[in-house]
Amino acid sequence: MKHQYLKNVTTLKLDQSLCTGCGKCTEVCPHQVFAIINSKCSTIDKDSCIECGACVKNCPFHALEVRPGVGCAAAVIKSWLTGGEPSCDCSSGGGCCS
Amino acid sequence: MNMLTIGNMKKEIKIMQTSAQLTFQDKLGAWKARWGINRMNYKVEPGLYRLGNPNENSPVLVTANYKLTFDSLRKELSGLDTWILVLDTKGINVWCAAGKGTFGSNELINRMAIVQLDKIVAHRTLILPQLGAPGVSAHEVTKYTGFKVIYGPVRAKDIKEFIQSGMKATPEMRTLKFSVYDRLVLTPIEFVGTIKPSLIIFGVLFLLNLMGLGPFGLVDFYGYMGAVIIGCVLTPVLLPFIPGRAFAWKGWLLGLVWAILVNWLNGWPSNPQYSLLQALGYVLVFPAVSAFLAMNFTGSSTYTSLSGVLKEMRIAVPAIIISIVIGCLLILVNSFI
Ligand code: SF4
Ligand code: SF4
Repeated sequence: MKHQYLKNVTTLKLDQSLCTGCGKCTEVCPHQVFAIINSKCSTIDKDSCIECGACVKNCPFHALEVRPGVGCAAAVIKSWLTGGEPSCDCSSGGGCCS
Repeated sequence: MNMLTIGNMKKEIKIMQTSAQLTFQDKLGAWKARWGINRMNYKVEPGLYRLGNPNENSPVLVTANYKLTFDSLRKELSGLDTWILVLDTKGINVWCAAGKGTFGSNELINRMAIVQLDKIVAHRTLILPQLGAPGVSAHEVTKYTGFKVIYGPVRAKDIKEFIQSGMKATPEMRTLKFSVYDRLVLTPIEFVGTIKPSLIIFGVLFLLNLMGLGPFGLVDFYGYMGAVIIGCVLTPVLLPFIPGRAFAWKGWLLGLVWAILVNWLNGWPSNPQYSLLQALGYVLVFPAVSAFLAMNFTGSSTYTSLSGVLKEMRIAVPAIIISIVIGCLLILVNSFI
């Protein structure tokens, strides 16, 4: 059964005019968000994006943009309490980093 | 130790030996880490390792220095001769370390220089775990080192097939899953995390009892514990089968079933002694507790985004707080009348 999280929330943006269709993003995306169609990248399953930032970091032509972050409520609560960005702080004892 | 001659200067390169066999010690250590015992200090030394008997043409696999990660990689490599380059990720797994940037381009480039990888292998290819990609910029590593970065499969268990098929990953190997087993092994640490706050709550209830504001008894105790277990074990395990998308909602739904069950088991609505206030109090408190713990499982899941979690929390957090506060008031008021 495929997991589905909230729809229409991702900050992922693709600028097709910069894309060369190199396919690097399809290699790194852990949720198969992209496909190369007619030698250009297309987002075929945008709602599965987890904003990990792998595609942005590995696109050699800067065609992609996302606000990277961890989808972790504990990290968000911590950032609310302490100020700052939510980050994966494993010493808080969460299971994410095991 | 290898002795290499560089120019006319002799320099030692430290290479450590490892194997594909996990010892009893390794397995015990893995079990302990799952339960949070010595979790933050479960590391191996960063650097270059030799698995089997690699030569200058053998593949180089890059990984993190969390021992659980290192062990789960090497155990899949039986019968192969490979190099393993372990980055210093402060004892954190590849995925989390990549998010933080410690499994990143800089550390990789530095580590390659420290172990003088270019002198050890004749080829110019690195195999990185795909989950390290959020921290590494493949084209930048190539620019600075001349090494090509290939992203291997998401799961270590596919690595052998990947290497043997000439570095080809199927879409299946590229996709991050979240199986029942994946979720199950994460639940112990979720549960352990609730022990401390739960003890504080029990302490407060005990004090209230002493002050005559109780009585809080067995029903409160098992009702609450049930809500905790629903939030941090049952909801994670049943995740895709529970209707809805938001984690807090899923936890709340199961918690509601539980609260109704607790009320019903104690004779509501047939028993006139069992007041509506108490029943309502449980319905407000228990599902909210489960919802909160389920929401916290977003961090352990592999398919949530920050934007999604923020959206969920904007509704869930105020709702949970209000629900718990009103529920507790009702239960307290009930014990007075
Ligand atoms: S941010 Fe991550 S999940 Fe989203 S499209 Fe890029 S690689 Fe895929
Ligand atoms: S990595 Fe960038 S340039 Fe290459 S296909 Fe993806 S979006 Fe296009």
